[in-house]
Amino acid sequence: MQALLKLLQFLRPHWRFAVMAPVLMLCEVVLDLMQPRLIQRIIDYGVARSDTQVVLGTASLMLCFMALAGLSGLGCGYFAVRAAYGLGGDLRAALFRKVQSLSFGNLDNLETGALITRLTSDVNKIQEMVMMMMRGMVRMPLLMLGSLVMAAVISPRLGLIFIVILPALTIALIMIIRKTFPLYRQVQEGLDGVNTVMQENLAGVRVVKAFARTEYESRRFALANNILVQRMTDAVRMSSRTTPVMMLTLNVGVVAALWIGAGEVQMAGMRVGELVAFINYLGQAVITLMMFSTLTIQISTAQASAKRVLELLESEPILMSPGHEIKFASRPSGKVVFDNVSFNYSPANPDLVLKNISFEAEPGQTVAILGATGSGKSTLVQLIPRFYDVCQGSVTLDGVDVRKIPEEELRRHVGIALQESILFSTSIKNNIRLGEPDASFEKLSTAARNAQADEFISKLPDGYEALVGQRGVNLSGGQKQRLAIARALLVQPSVLILDDSTSAVDVHTEGLIQEVLGLNSYRQTRFIVAQRISSVLNADKILVLDNGEIIAQGTHYELLDACEVYREIYDSQTENGVITYSGN
Amino acid sequence: MATNFQEKQQSAPPLMGRIGNAQTYSEVQRPQKTFETLLRVWFYLRRQKIALIFTAIMVVGTVCLDLIGPFLLGRVIDGHIITRNLNGLLQILVLMLLVYLSSGSLYLLQSYVMAGAAQRTMRDLRADLFSTLLHMPLNFFDRRSHGELMSRLTSDVENINQVLSNCVAQIVSGSLSTVGVAIAMFFINPRLAAVSVVTISLLTILGNRWLAAKTRIRFRVQQAALGRLYGFMEETIGVQKVVKAYGQEKAFTTQFDVVNEDFRHSGIRAQSYSGLTGPMMNTIHNTAYAIVAGVGGYMAVFGMTTVGVIAMFISYTRQFGRPMNEIAILYNMLQSAMAGAERVFDIIDETPEVDAHHVDLVQKIQGDVLFDCVSFSYQKDVPVLKEVTLHARPGQTIALIGPTGAGKTTIVNLLTRFYETDSGKIQIDGRDIRDIPKVELRQQLGIVLQDTFLFSGTVKENIRYGRLDANDEEIVEAARLSNADTFIHLLPNGYDTLLTERGSNLSHGQRQMLAIARAILADPAILILDEATSSVDTRTERHIQEAMHRLMEGRTSFVIAHRLSTIRGADKILVINHGEVTERGTHAELLAKKGFYWRMSVSHQEESPKPERVLLEDDAAICVLENEL
Repeated sequence: MQALLKLLQFLRPHWRFAVMAPVLMLCEVVLDLMQPRLIQRIIDYGVARSDTQVVLGTASLMLCFMALAGLSGLGCGYFAVRAAYGLGGDLRAALFRKVQSLSFGNLDNLETGALITRLTSDVNKIQEMVMMMMRGMVRMPLLMLGSLVMAAVISPRLGLIFIVILPALTIALIMIIRKTFPLYRQVQEGLDGVNTVMQENLAGVRVVKAFARTEYESRRFALANNILVQRMTDAVRMSSRTTPVMMLTLNVGVVAALWIGAGEVQMAGMRVGELVAFINYLGQAVITLMMFSTLTIQISTAQASAKRVLELLESEPILMSPGHEIKFASRPSGKVVFDNVSFNYSPANPDLVLKNISFEAEPGQTVAILGATGSGKSTLVQLIPRFYDVCQGSVTLDGVDVRKIPEEELRRHVGIALQESILFSTSIKNNIRLGEPDASFEKLSTAARNAQADEFISKLPDGYEALVGQRGVNLSGGQKQRLAIARALLVQPSVLILDDSTSAVDVHTEGLIQEVLGLNSYRQTRFIVAQRISSVLNADKILVLDNGEIIAQGTHYELLDACEVYREIYDSQTENGVITYSGN
Repeated sequence: MATNFQEKQQSAPPLMGRIGNAQTYSEVQRPQKTFETLLRVWFYLRRQKIALIFTAIMVVGTVCLDLIGPFLLGRVIDGHIITRNLNGLLQILVLMLLVYLSSGSLYLLQSYVMAGAAQRTMRDLRADLFSTLLHMPLNFFDRRSHGELMSRLTSDVENINQVLSNCVAQIVSGSLSTVGVAIAMFFINPRLAAVSVVTISLLTILGNRWLAAKTRIRFRVQQAALGRLYGFMEETIGVQKVVKAYGQEKAFTTQFDVVNEDFRHSGIRAQSYSGLTGPMMNTIHNTAYAIVAGVGGYMAVFGMTTVGVIAMFISYTRQFGRPMNEIAILYNMLQSAMAGAERVFDIIDETPEVDAHHVDLVQKIQGDVLFDCVSFSYQKDVPVLKEVTLHARPGQTIALIGPTGAGKTTIVNLLTRFYETDSGKIQIDGRDIRDIPKVELRQQLGIVLQDTFLFSGTVKENIRYGRLDANDEEIVEAARLSNADTFIHLLPNGYDTLLTERGSNLSHGQRQMLAIARAILADPAILILDEATSSVDTRTERHIQEAMHRLMEGRTSFVIAHRLSTIRGADKILVINHGEVTERGTHAELLAKKGFYWRMSVSHQEESPKPERVLLEDDAAICVLENEL
């Protein structure tokens, strides 16, 4: 409940609506409570005294009340929606801003799917619940209390029926809900089981077919399916007990009221209309209780959502902003120095990913980084734009520790083409202009040309305006990588990082890209992470990484002489020969 | 004065089992072939004949009992309370109790039986859907995204489930009781009945129709805004790292605010209208009471009716109006379930893979493979293979090389009959593969792909996938031969270590070794291998090479090769480019030709940073298909 209450602070800007809705609901309830009394008036004063004036007058009054109640209900609904959607929108915006502020370290720990769920269905559940609460949470207790009071006013003796029936029903409902909850949790598990088999058969369809395992998968599915069906049946059966239990309790109450009431009418001069009104109030109270139980369930699911949302909302970015921020007066020259850097993704893990890394990259130099998978190549270059903070030592750009440079400023000067080339489902043009949305077309096409992307782009039906992704063109791995490189080139950073970003580009095109980069028109310092030795031959400096350590650095020929690991990689790729026409 | 509260329809069982809340926001989807779909759902339901008959009897029973309740109540008021006559009151009250008790029990029984029937129906439907998927040809999966298929399998089926579990009995008993109540009312007092029945029906129908028209358009707008919002969030958050790398947080936040605000506005408009339903129905009911009380009271004054009848009528009025109201609310749910059912049946109706009819058991295959003038295209007019002919004798190794998208993988896809040839034929041991049942055929083929698919389960179970009846020793032996044994022993629980979804806790290379173990266990006559490329480090690469060579011994092997050592060792090398075999022969023969192959290997050995321009990425669309295998 705490998590939900905390989130209710998001109602503050919408407090007018949040107040108006319950107030109007109050009006509606009061008017609703009047109805049985008015009917009683018709019976006791109109029919009993044969007074048509009273009958018609009261009926008109009822119609008036009814119209007013309808208007109040309408208003309440409108204000509840305004409040709930206001809260939902604000909450979503707050979460989105939070995600924008998080560091890479946070993002690694949060699964993308889970993150999106929080912003979408979790916020929706909370929003729905607030809407329900604005209406139901006010309506139900008021209606219940009102019915009780009205009934007691009519006849204190009959009122005793309330005292017996309501607690009994409450206990019965609680017992049923208690049993239902775990059953539905099991249903969820059963559903997950069925979904897993389905998901695997979709993703692994080729394996299933290749091994001719149709029969086996059918059996696997049947098993999961049967478990789900059994659990679902149990849960539905349990939860469908509520209705008959409630109805029976209520009707027993009615019979009791008739029995006691008959005596009251005879002995104590109670009016017939009063008895009928009493029974009506009893019905209202019981139905309210029933709705209450539905609401409880909704609150408890919203509760789980609220917890997840709050967890995200309260998480702090791992990277701290520097206290006093340094801005570069002009474009930095691009000198990058790693001074005894050690790094680890999680402090709990004692194994360091990078150990005592020291090297210098002079402005305009090309530094290549080579090593086996898992040796820490990508991690090393990601420290330059400060995606993560070092655990020990320092990384400096033009002599300034990257931790002292505001993130935005730093990343304006450090361009990176990530290992996985990620494109947005917008036009090719906008994809390349990501880092500088208002770049001129000339700048755009220069970047594309230098990344050797211009040619294939101009062959597309809509050229630079072609849409990428599901609604647009399908690009091959190599084409995507070239767009990612163009994107990095466009911003003309002082430091350019290509993180294994030509692995799917064919050798010929890769050569052309390197040729252009070799001209180095913008005097950039460049870092190239690569698997293929052919990509690193011309580097000014090659760092050979093994298990997070630099085991050798130098030029190609220096390393061929001095470093055995380098030679081994070289041999394996030349004598044995990797044919490099494809690299998916 | 609702005196009979047997309104079990007034609130459905809590919808806790509801998965997600697609319902809340989804615009009501309109089914196209309502009648046909209903009929097919009925065919499924019909299998639960006994349960259905039982339920029908129960429903009729409860509806009748529900009519008796208010009637007795009227009798009590008129016959005992107004006349202050306590004689016989006890008997009639006991009768009332009995009526209520049996109505409750009948309802309980009915929902108990119906729950089972509905769930069994869902089971049958789900099983049929899954079995259809299992027998679909691969191009079926190429045409659809996994997300789309999963949403059919989950949310569409769930929508049908909601309706079957909650609404069927409710709608049937609701309609029955509406009719029953109307008849009873006309029987008791035709004039009063006419007034209340006409008022309620008219108001409910007109009100809902007006509201539905208003809501539909606004829901559509809201749905579109929601789609934009979700799409934007999914895309941005999914690739948050790129956004950050380019320092575009602010720009994206600004864009987000626009879509978010847009959704809020459209949401408020749509929800305000749909929120009208509650107050509106409330108003309609209250109007009906007022009219019944007013008209009834007026008639009572002139002796045309009694107080007991008014009490009865107010109760009947509620029973009459409530189901109408509920059906109106359920209508949306019903519509989207129908649309879902339609989509589910669309899949069930897809044509399954064609398979050989006669199942005569094939002897152990020798492994003689012949492609005879085979042509193939994934999409019309985009030929991928053009009259390819090749012959592999038992035990030979055939290396397939060529640029991405040239058609290497397609050759494999045809041999396994994942796809059917457009023209030409493929023979194994002299017999057309179309005459061999797929199960038989594929049991003789072993396939090791670059990207190995692992199922969630233990390491052992994943290897056993190659041969289901293999015992533990055989599994360990296969793992040893594939060099996987070493790393498996380092896993927390060895062979019993649970692999997470898609085996993400293993490296690429390790997964490939498991795939080799699988293939070793399957002991196929013909092997299809796809060599790993750059993403595996040198040492692991060597282990994999070793294991692959071990596996290839004595089997006809097709290798989509990347390493010169593999290619050199092959009996035959086929260079494939633009869907055609451009060169074929042994390593030495091809070098002597000084063609494509020669240029490729020479350019590599010289490590020229500027190799000749021979290898280019091919047509993008084909690349996508190729990359999947």
